Amino acid sequence: MQDFLSSLVSVAFHGLAYGMILYVISVGLSVTMGLMGFVNLAHGVFAMAGGYIMLSAMNGLGVPFPLALVAAFIAVALASMVLERLLYARLYTAGELEQVLFTIGLIFMSVAVARLVYGTLPQPVHLPDYLKGQLRFLGREFPTYRVFLIVFSISIVGLLWFGVERTRWGAMVRAAVDYRAMAQSVGINTSRLFTLTFALGSGLAALGGALGAEIIAIQPTYPFEHLVFFLIVVAVGGLGSLRGPFVAALLIGVADTACKYWVPEFGAFFIFFATIAVLLWRPEGLFGRAA
Amino acid sequence: MTHAGGYIADSRTRAIEWLPWVLAVLCYFIAPSYLPLGSYVLTMIIFALSLDLILGYGGIITLGHSAYFGTGAYAAGLLAVHLTGEPLLGLLAGTLAAGLLGLITGIIILRTRGLALLMLTLAITSLCFEVANKATTWTGGVDGLGGFTVQPILGLFKFDFFGKTAYLYCLAALFVCWWLVRRLVYSPFGASLTGVRENNVRMHAVGAPVYQRLVISYTISAALAGLAGALLTQTTQFVGLKVLSFELSGELMVMLILGGVGRIYGAFVGPLVYLVAQDYLAKQFPEYWYFGIGMMLVLVVMFARGGILGIIDTGLARLRRKPA
Amino acid sequence: MSAAMETRNLCKSFGALTVADQINFRLDPGARHALIGPNGAGKTTFVNMLTGRLAPTSGQILIGGEDITALGQAARVKRGLGRTFQINTLFPNVSVVDNVAFAVAEREGVAWRMFRPASVYRHVLDESMALLDTLGLADDARLAVAGLPYGKQRLVEIAIALGLRPSVLLLDEPAAGVPTLESHRILEVLDALPKDIAILIIEHDMDVVFRFAQRITVLTQGAVLVEGTPAEIAADHHVREVYLGERHV
Repeated sequence: MQDFLSSLVSVAFHGLAYGMILYVISVGLSVTMGLMGFVNLAHGVFAMAGGYIMLSAMNGLGVPFPLALVAAFIAVALASMVLERLLYARLYTAGELEQVLFTIGLIFMSVAVARLVYGTLPQPVHLPDYLKGQLRFLGREFPTYRVFLIVFSISIVGLLWFGVERTRWGAMVRAAVDYRAMAQSVGINTSRLFTLTFALGSGLAALGGALGAEIIAIQPTYPFEHLVFFLIVVAVGGLGSLRGPFVAALLIGVADTACKYWVPEFGAFFIFFATIAVLLWRPEGLFGRAA
Repeated sequence: MTHAGGYIADSRTRAIEWLPWVLAVLCYFIAPSYLPLGSYVLTMIIFALSLDLILGYGGIITLGHSAYFGTGAYAAGLLAVHLTGEPLLGLLAGTLAAGLLGLITGIIILRTRGLALLMLTLAITSLCFEVANKATTWTGGVDGLGGFTVQPILGLFKFDFFGKTAYLYCLAALFVCWWLVRRLVYSPFGASLTGVRENNVRMHAVGAPVYQRLVISYTISAALAGLAGALLTQTTQFVGLKVLSFELSGELMVMLILGGVGRIYGAFVGPLVYLVAQDYLAKQFPEYWYFGIGMMLVLVVMFARGGILGIIDTGLARLRRKPA
Repeated sequence: MSAAMETRNLCKSFGALTVADQINFRLDPGARHALIGPNGAGKTTFVNMLTGRLAPTSGQILIGGEDITALGQAARVKRGLGRTFQINTLFPNVSVVDNVAFAVAEREGVAWRMFRPASVYRHVLDESMALLDTLGLADDARLAVAGLPYGKQRLVEIAIALGLRPSVLLLDEPAAGVPTLESHRILEVLDALPKDIAILIIEHDMDVVFRFAQRITVLTQGAVLVEGTPAEIAADHHVREVYLGERHV
């Protein structure tokens, strides 16, 4: 019994950490898909880029961990702004097929670049000394880094939710998600709003990718391998919503960890099965708006 | 109008439509060292045809067509390993298995639209991939399934090392598939698919059983994809996880878009150009090739949505407009 | 004589918002009936319930005396219901004749056939061409609909519905968006529609309404305000209030 409880706590903890990372990465996708109606399959590229930038800075240039995180966030946010203005913006009115194809093309390009520059093996992650080791808590040992991950992610999430609820930017995003055409006629500069929100979403993805490098390995196949999980978080949570994907990410994080621990021969089978079930029952997602 | 079919279309086979077959037969005689690549191209053309049916004609965007390709591939492989290496039975097994999966999944997912539908197609293929990945006793997991032999076709035509039999086998299969797809496209059913794609709402308003039509075409499309998968297993005598991957679905989309969606021969041109180019360029610079493909996709979407055939169309139209 | 189409106590609410309130409506065979009302009165909602796009909260809908409330769109079309849309809902990259042929083929039960080429079913093509001819569109038959001027597209919109040989035809603002220069064509077509079809037309343009309709139903805030002949409606002071905001005549 003790053993079972112990593994339960362990699964919950690690599931929570994984779920938080999934959320930080995917929340940007939810907002931009809800805001711009754009199917951005290449979202995982931003997460991967964040991971590579942070790890190159730390491993190659000896940049300290906090600085490397910030660098990853800013670099990817800026780069995504350029991408959005130059390429994405042209396709907002295009059909779903065009958007799917375009973003698949972006994935191909970035996977190739990643392989060229970094090779095919996963990047080694060297945590800073003060985040290594274990923490004693409630009579158990938890990896320090994962605790940090959870705490840090919660604070980012809190900041994000506060920003969307309280700031003018947040109000504009919520208005534009609800009624795109109305928002424009009320004088909201939707193109600037899109660019800014896209940059924020991509930056967050980069942050998530960098923070989670220990859980989700940074390697060239990243955007292909994990796209399905980011999409599941968004689709099951509900497009354009903030809380929905949060719940979905935690559920997936814990469920995936539980399955890998207790029924490894099934792997992610149940996640996919559950996703299919949920989407059939509620195609707009658990917290999404019914069409 | 690029899409073939409809009530005023001339459905007789035009002379130029025999060109692919002439080229294919020529290739057999003048380029014998390329026959294994040729077999792969022919297989992928069948796969692309199956996707074009549901995507170009039905208007259903799917990220998971490899689920059916892979199901057919593994079905044929498993049959060869456990029961018999008789190739035509293997083809049948692959086609039926994939068709059945297509029917079941189609019934389930075609009630949804938009992101939910896209997500479901990806989830299904991910599910199949995961099953194949974990059920190692059946599928060999990451190592794949091999070591089975394919018996001579009809007991007469043995699979040789040069790939000659395989090539003609694939060519015959493609001919049958092409004939079927062409019939379908020009039929009233095919016309109604065009209607569903062009305006789903209006098709409902004229009394068309839209859902039923989509499920039927999805099932046929899946069966064809399964046939292609079975063909691949038999001609390479191996099945690996790649046949179920999202990456393969993506690659197939690239090939189809490259050739031109919604026009039967786009499915011929696309895979041919893509795979031949890949054979030349990718060996030397695989990453540059991958990068180039990605960039080409981006450029095609931005500037040349009709693919190669679309560019040819525009070029021809311009030529015709010029005074003599 | 049973009505061509009828609704009994038809209601629709979205939560606390009632958009259709106990609508009792009757369309006689061969009728020329107009449905008018200010914006937001619930006219389109009503039509969507009639065609089956929207399910009512309560009440019944009947065609030719048969209760069709539970039936889907395709089944209602089979029972003789046809409609046009306020905004052109056509098959843009398809030829004009094919646009109509899709409807004719569905009605003829030909559309599911997968083997022989569509062009073999000559009767579908012939009927579609004949229909286009009566609407003056025969010369444009082979052109893609997307390339046609808006007025002609509006005619194709009607042609598709006529291809279903409906016994009840719902026209949703047929002249909407058509430049005045071209709208006479549409009016001519409306005048020439077969007398045995029961027609319900939603319109804002009062000239069209008074020229065309033999009976008028006025809808406001989801409920029937009044129903009668054009003369009765024109004289009704409730209607004037609703449309012109007049209190005293």
